[in-house]
Amino acid sequence: MLRGACGLIALAILLEAAPRLGAVSPAYFPPFSTVAATLASELLQGTFWSALGATLECWSIGLAIAAAAGAAAGIAIGSSSLAREATRSTIEFLRPIPSVALIPLVILVFGTTLRSNLVLVVYASFWQVLIQVLYGTQDVDPVALETARCYRLRYRAQVVHLLWPTTLPYLMTGVRLAAAVALILTVTAEMTIGTPGLGKEIYIAKASGAVAAMYAYVIAAGIIGVGVNFLARWAERLVMPWHVSVRGEIPV
Amino acid sequence: MSVRALTLRFALPLALLSLWWFASAGSGNFYFPPLPKIARTFAEVWFSKKIVHDVLPSLARFFAGYFAAIALGLALGVAIGVSRTARAYLEPALEFLRAVPPPVLVPVFMLFAGIGDAMKTIVIVSGCVWPVLINAVEGVRGLDEVLDSVARCYRIRGAARLWHFVLPGASPQIFAGMRQALSIGIILMVISEMFAASNGLGFSLVQFQRSFAIPEMWTGIILLGLIGIMLSFAFAAVESRLLAWYFGLRRSQRDAA
Repeated sequence: MLRGACGLIALAILLEAAPRLGAVSPAYFPPFSTVAATLASELLQGTFWSALGATLECWSIGLAIAAAAGAAAGIAIGSSSLAREATRSTIEFLRPIPSVALIPLVILVFGTTLRSNLVLVVYASFWQVLIQVLYGTQDVDPVALETARCYRLRYRAQVVHLLWPTTLPYLMTGVRLAAAVALILTVTAEMTIGTPGLGKEIYIAKASGAVAAMYAYVIAAGIIGVGVNFLARWAERLVMPWHVSVRGEIPV
Repeated sequence: MSVRALTLRFALPLALLSLWWFASAGSGNFYFPPLPKIARTFAEVWFSKKIVHDVLPSLARFFAGYFAAIALGLALGVAIGVSRTARAYLEPALEFLRAVPPPVLVPVFMLFAGIGDAMKTIVIVSGCVWPVLINAVEGVRGLDEVLDSVARCYRIRGAARLWHFVLPGASPQIFAGMRQALSIGIILMVISEMFAASNGLGFSLVQFQRSFAIPEMWTGIILLGLIGIMLSFAFAAVESRLLAWYFGLRRSQRDAA
């Protein structure tokens, strides 16, 4: 813990010393203290908070849609082997399509609105959730499944008592991966489409030559990234305190 | 492969494609032109000088950045992973650097490296390096302790230890990181060109969109999708070859369980 803090402080000192000693030009890379002071003064302004709010709004709505849709589609497909085989090739083809390819299309169709961003965010994060849920539905204990069939559990009861508890850890892994992806796409969309948010502020700061402000926003974006990772892990522990330690992760 | 398996594999994609084909056939909607028209435009637009002028430079920057990131991430990640002290000092800082969404670095590197190939390659490296690095650290940390003791007993050290124990042991995790890096790299390739470029796929896409060349824009979207799919399949092929031992091990463990 203490040594970790030392590492962070060393990084800050490096960022301070490099421009001061002339290793990089201060015009491109202001000393860390200048950036920190700029960040502090930005924190007192409304524009920062409204940009932050817009970013978090897009991120959370997009992630929620992707998680709900991914879980629903994953359980629907995963509970039937016919559906699984029939959709496998389609999923394999649609998943790697980079969602940034859709940027020009959403700009034309939706313009600079929240909906444009949401299309990109949902498209990118949906697959992360879906794939994990599909893996999860495969992981149902065969003995438990046969027991459930012996007791003539209906489809609904099987989903609720068997499929869902087995899939939940995978779903949470998917949501955690999707949370990071959703943030990346949110910021990307703000920068390229020009919808309000941190990404747009970074772009404006760059375009107007406010270098310190640009770095301040980059650092803010990093802090939000850390927060998002932290939140996702916390949610995992909250939803299933019984599982985290025994679960291996599926490398996707 | 049985007829049933073949049908199952191709039925849905064909159904979706023909749905798009026929539903859009008489489309008068400006933004959603008929698919037959897009298909014709595709050949006109991309089977031309554009391949040399836009597609190849994009891919060259992508591969340069991606492979540099793998080399860098692997070297740093293994170095950090084997030392408990280094991990304790560096983990929070790495956690932060990794959490910065890579696209925000595009304007930063534009300041440093201008808008040339160097900037785009550096942006791709800076985004792709973290998943590889973090996963390499995790992979090295998660190495089998019994195997570690065995290696020590036999006094396997230095390069031999690295080559025969550390790298293979961590490779499943490292490949997971490389796969994440692949999709991040494609994103960065496209958006670095959207900001400032005179050629490339992202640049062409934006040009088509701004000049309202809608069928051309659709061909760009489709081409980018195809590139994503091909890279992903190529990755899967390499992975299943290099990690064949690992997938086999997992399969046998699962069957035994």
